[in-house]
Amino acid sequence: MREVGRAKMTQQDALINYCLRLGDSSLILGQRMAEWCSNGPTLEEDIALTNVSLDLFGQARTMLTYAANIEGKGKTEDDLAYRRSEREYYNTLLSERPNGHFGDTIARNFLHDAFLYHLYTALKNSKDETIAAHAAKSIKEIAYHLRHTGEWVVRLGDGTEESHQKIQQSFDDLWMFTGDLFEMNEVDEILIKAGIAVDLNEVKKNWNSTVNEVLQRATLERPKDDYMQTGRLKGMHSEYLGHLLTEMQYLQRTYPDATW
Amino acid sequence: MDLKEKYTEQAIWDMIAQIPDPEIPVITIEELGVLRKVEVLTDKVVVTITPTYTGCPAMKMFEDDILKTLHDNGIDNAAIKMVYTPSWTTDWMSEAAMQKLKDYGIAPPVKGTQDKGVLFGSGPKEVQCPQCGSKNTELKSQFGSTACKALYQCKDCLEPFDYFKCI
Repeated sequence: MREVGRAKMTQQDALINYCLRLGDSSLILGQRMAEWCSNGPTLEEDIALTNVSLDLFGQARTMLTYAANIEGKGKTEDDLAYRRSEREYYNTLLSERPNGHFGDTIARNFLHDAFLYHLYTALKNSKDETIAAHAAKSIKEIAYHLRHTGEWVVRLGDGTEESHQKIQQSFDDLWMFTGDLFEMNEVDEILIKAGIAVDLNEVKKNWNSTVNEVLQRATLERPKDDYMQTGRLKGMHSEYLGHLLTEMQYLQRTYPDATW
Repeated sequence: MDLKEKYTEQAIWDMIAQIPDPEIPVITIEELGVLRKVEVLTDKVVVTITPTYTGCPAMKMFEDDILKTLHDNGIDNAAIKMVYTPSWTTDWMSEAAMQKLKDYGIAPPVKGTQDKGVLFGSGPKEVQCPQCGSKNTELKSQFGSTACKALYQCKDCLEPFDYFKCI
């Protein structure tokens, strides 16, 4: 993709970037959830977390395949997943946060699920047929994810003193990465004009009401909007993404084109 | 060879409709609603399918099985087209397919119960135990052994069982 400001961005450039944002966020969060495999607090929960991972990988695949097709350079979704470095990734900063303890994972995923839920609800009406179909399909899966994490937030927040304190801390720690979810740039401007993308300020209103409702029910305090970390629209990430990619891309980096 | 002269679309459909789901072998791709369309062109056959869940690992298996069945019937030039719209729903499942699921030990989807309220929506009200028929059952986890199933337990016969969840 061309750097913003260097040359005029075409609608096609913008669309590729937009698909990467959607695909990368699902891919990276999916990889985080896969890290829970065999580490879940209970067997049922282990299965749930990895089921969510599978859904996210499926969603990532659809968007990365589409991005590769639009680009038209003969790449596949696997090339995009395994052959890009961290600066070429456009996932949300929230999705790459480490799993931490179970409450950290639940808090992170809840904030992210609520974001995707409302984003995809709006994208169902996208003028881009593939994105609209992808949104309509994914939202059915995300509804289950959101219900799962939302119920856990309430259980932990309104649970014991220790669980309450721990998940409140999780939300406090993660809050500075929520501003990034709603940042927009030239890509959004071009695509909103074309009726393909949606205004994230609108998505934020719905996200706020879901988050507020659940936190209130969970007897948790909504952290104050203070300093917000930024950068991913330019491919700037935290130190955690490189480590995640090292593990995820190891095989294809070490044995390029390996198949099994 | 002109494939159009040799095969009707119905003939191709019948050829592949009975391919079973690899995870739930009692139901076919036709009954599941995954098989959407068959087109016979002059030089190739195009089969359109739709995924149950975006990440369902069985989809690759469906593709391979369809291509293999066509190959075994002498059709080598075939392509699979994956579509996402209209998005798959358990409402497409026939009564007969639901009965087969039940006989196999999986509680079939309770129609029209999908997320009334996304958050804190109660699950389907009455999921019947496929073992003893009791409606006194309990949701253990929304996520089960495959993407399409939830885990339940019967409070009468105490057997845990899979429920094919509604989407």
